[in-house]
Formats: sequence, C-alpha cells, structure tokens
Amino acid sequence: MRRRLKPMAARRRIPPWLGAFVAMVLFYLIFPILVIIPLSLSSALYLSFPPPGFSLQWYRNFFGRADWLDAAWLSIWIGATVMVLATCLGTPAAIGLVRGRFPGRKAINAFILSPLIAPVIIVAIGVYFFYARIGLVGNPLALILAHTALAVPFVVINVSATLYGFDLRLEQAALNLGATPWRAFWQVMLPIIRPGVLAGAVFAFISSFDELIVALFVSGSTAVTLPRKMWQSIRFEIDPTIAAVSTLLILFTGILFLTAELLRRRSERLRTSRGVAPGS
Amino acid sequence: MASALENARRAAAHRSRRELSAFALVLPLLLYLGVFYAYPVASMMLRSVHEPHWTADNFAQIFAQPVYLQVLWLTLRIGLVVTAACLVLGYPVAYVLARVERSKSNLLMILVLVPFWSSILVRTYAWMVLLGREGIVNQFLLWLGVIEEPLRLLNTTFAVYVAMVHVLLPFMILPLYGVMRGLDENLLRAAEGLGARPLGVFRQVVLPLSLPGISAGCLLVFILALGFFITPALVGGPRDLMIAVLIQQQVDLLNWPFASALAVMLLAAALIVFAVFVRTLAVERALGGAGR
Repeated sequence: MRRRLKPMAARRRIPPWLGAFVAMVLFYLIFPILVIIPLSLSSALYLSFPPPGFSLQWYRNFFGRADWLDAAWLSIWIGATVMVLATCLGTPAAIGLVRGRFPGRKAINAFILSPLIAPVIIVAIGVYFFYARIGLVGNPLALILAHTALAVPFVVINVSATLYGFDLRLEQAALNLGATPWRAFWQVMLPIIRPGVLAGAVFAFISSFDELIVALFVSGSTAVTLPRKMWQSIRFEIDPTIAAVSTLLILFTGILFLTAELLRRRSERLRTSRGVAPGS
Repeated sequence: MASALENARRAAAHRSRRELSAFALVLPLLLYLGVFYAYPVASMMLRSVHEPHWTADNFAQIFAQPVYLQVLWLTLRIGLVVTAACLVLGYPVAYVLARVERSKSNLLMILVLVPFWSSILVRTYAWMVLLGREGIVNQFLLWLGVIEEPLRLLNTTFAVYVAMVHVLLPFMILPLYGVMRGLDENLLRAAEGLGARPLGVFRQVVLPLSLPGISAGCLLVFILALGFFITPALVGGPRDLMIAVLIQQQVDLLNWPFASALAVMLLAAALIVFAVFVRTLAVERALGGAGR
C-alpha cells in the first residue's frame, strides 16, 4: 500500500511561499545549535561573535578541570545505573501490560506513563522533601532512584511498540516444544524484541544524563551532575567553557539518539514485515 | 455436557492464571513507582493542606496576594501564546515534511530532530548567546543599520517566548507529522479532481483529518509549557516569573507548605487541560468515524 502511494506523494508541489516559510522555521530550529560550535572554538576570552581566532582552550579547560570531569563522570554512571534499573523494571512490565487483560490495566498503564507528562518540578520537590526527611539529599542514590521513575516510561513505550509485532504463536510453539517460560523468554522473545529494549535503554540513559530539575534540588553540594554544573556555570561564570561542554553534549547525545532511532526503525521494520502498520 | 463444562472451567482457570502472571510482571514496577514516585508526590501534596494541622491557609494565600495570581495568569498566558506560536510555525513544517519525497523529508527531519535531541539547557544557553547585548542578533541588526544601539533582548518576556517556542516546537511537529504522513494522497487528488481549490482542499480535507495531530501536539506543548522552569529562569526578566520558578524560590526560602500548594495548583491545571483535551479528542474521533 505504502509503496504504491510513494510516487504519487512525490508529485505534490509545494508552493514557493510555503517552502520559504518552512525553510525559515527550520533555520530558526537549527541555527542556535549550530552557532554554539564556532563559539566553543573561539580564542576570545569571553563570548564574542564572530570568533577572532581559533583555539581549543575551552576544551582544554573542560578536560583539565577536575570539577567538570567529576560532574561528567557522575552523570555517566548515574545514567548507566538508571538505564539498567529502568530496563529491568520496564521490560517485564511492558510484557505484562501488552499480554494481560487484567482489570485496571489501562489505569496502570496511564500511571506508569504519567512521569512523562507530569511537570518535572512537581516530581522534583516531592522527592526532595522525601529525601530530606530520610537524609538522602546529596547522595547519588537519591538521583538514581528519582531518575529511574522518570526514565521508565521510555522503556515501557519502546518495548510495548515492539511487542505489538511479536507473534505470540512463536512463544507458544517454544512452550509446546518443552521450553520453560524463562527459556522461551530468553531464546525466543528477547531476540525479537531486542531493538525495542535497547532503544528504550538508550532513551532512559539520556533522560537521566540530561536531567536538571531533580538534580537542582536533590544534588546538594556533594552529587553535582553535569547539567547541574552547567547550570551553575551559566549563571555565575561567563567564560565559553560552557560552549565547549554544550558542543560535546550535542555530539554525545546526538550519537546516542541516532543509535536509538536506528534501533527503533529496525523494530518498526520487524513490525511492518508482519503486516502490522506502524503507528506513525 | 459435563466434559464441556469441565473444559470451560479449565480454560477459565488457565486464563486467570495467565492474567495473574501478566500482573506479576507489572507488579515490581508498580511497587517501585509507588514508593519512589507516587508516595513522595502525594505526601508533598498533603503538606499543602496539613502542616502541621489541617489548614487551607496556603491556598488562601495564593488567592489573597495579587502577586501570586499574576504568576498564575502569566504562566497560563505564556503557555497559550507558546502553544499557538508552535502550532502556527509547526503545522506548515509538518505538512511539507509529510508531502515531499521520503528521502528529502528524512533529511529535513534531521533539522527538527537535532534540536529535539539536544538538552534544554544547551538550547537555552544558545539563546542567551544569541540574544545578549553583544549577541549575534543585536550585532546583525546593528550591521543592517536597523537599530542605532543594542536592544535589550535577553531577560525579557520576548526572550522567554522565542526560547520556549524553540524548545517546544519539535513536540508540535512530530505528532502532526505522524498524522499527516498517514494522510492518503489520493484523498487530496480526489478533492482536487472534484474541483476544490487549494484553500478548499486544505480546509475541507487536510485540516479535519489532521485534527488528532493538532490536539496531541497542542496538549503536549501546553502542558510542558505550564511546568517550564529552565528557560524562563535563564532568559526571563524578574517580571517573567512562571509558576515553576516561583515554586523553586519558595522551596529555597523553606516555605515548603506554600511551595506544595503552588505545585498542587500546577498539577490541577495540567490535569484539567489533559481532561479537556482527552474529551475533545474523543469527540473528534466520534465525529471522524461518523463522517467516514
């Protein structure tokens, strides 16, 4: 169906005024991102445009300062732990939600996905008061626990999306042939839904890695993550190190998202090959 | 007869066992979210009316002081303006991306996805650089000769609008694109074949069929905008106090019960918007079904 429509879709003409408008909007979207890159390579001591000369001093500053590197490492390992936790909690839950017909399933699904849409500031002060009471503020564990709750929806959404394309008969066949449910999961189901699981895991990592608002309250002065350090730097320093950090972040998260997107497309292909139309 | 009954009973038992095992898979996550997400948020909300005794003072305070009402009003206004601007800017982009060839749209999509992927902090920082007194926008305008001396752009409501629309625009474009991608080209050709002019095709075919995307995009953008913190805190002026920024200030001042009351207001606003949109979405679906 799709393939037959394609040549027709290609023939639709876009009026020039519409094309120009869209080009302007796209420019507005991409220009601020692009502008940071030359600034990070500037030889000037403060932000000035155009940069008077080329220098790697701001990158040297980032890689040479313990406070920046510590923050980056903390964010990476918190993100990695959140990724593992969210994937281990979210994958079985997605399977249960897609398979099950138990009462209250829709409400449970909405509850699990609600951290996606709930204003983060509400979650942030909620967990802050909670951790303040049990003395966990400033402990990386506090960030891991809160970030996992915020990251789980990404895993559930991505795994469910692949599961809708999973042929239940395959698992049934494995069970009939004598596999234990556990083995049927590892050897039949997981290999098929793996792209969804991995994509969810990558999104979970990024959601924690980029998270600022919870960190703003819960970090204290002892668990300063990279976004938290950037926030301080943006507010109280003006040197272009932050431009270098931003450029590195754009590249780093860009690569991760590209990976996740390719995985997502693969799982979408797996779905369409069974004749189930993709949702989007 | 007996064996049929027996079979039915066995099938039912099998099914309920299946449901139980499906539920068991969801249970660990439910418990986790219960302890580390729902409980903290719920006890925070309780704090707004019970600290240390039952009281409605915190809410009374919000409504008694014009300052706080202004914050609520400003938050709603910024949310509405940003949503409208995202729709006006995003709709044509989604339409064009859905109508050009796949290879071209994949390429153009990168221009939407790269900003979407970069962190809000990085994008807000970019706007601070662009809109500053010595920033690129001012320098460009000076060079053009439009202005004599640098304009004050940063720390204004204008900056909040520009940066927030920039951050939220992909949330509008992506759902719209999803819906328009699925729009059957043959319908447009049929409308044209029947003599509809371009505006007529748009108003009578494209617009009604893209309504679900419009609702989804507006809902997402508006709710996210209501809770915005990073962007207004960094590029807004002292008068552009949105509710999330006020909540953070009150937490810093150790006015926890009052901060909680503000958070309850924000959550209530988000839930009301959500309910209204879900309603209209359902109504639309019903109308769409009847129309087809």
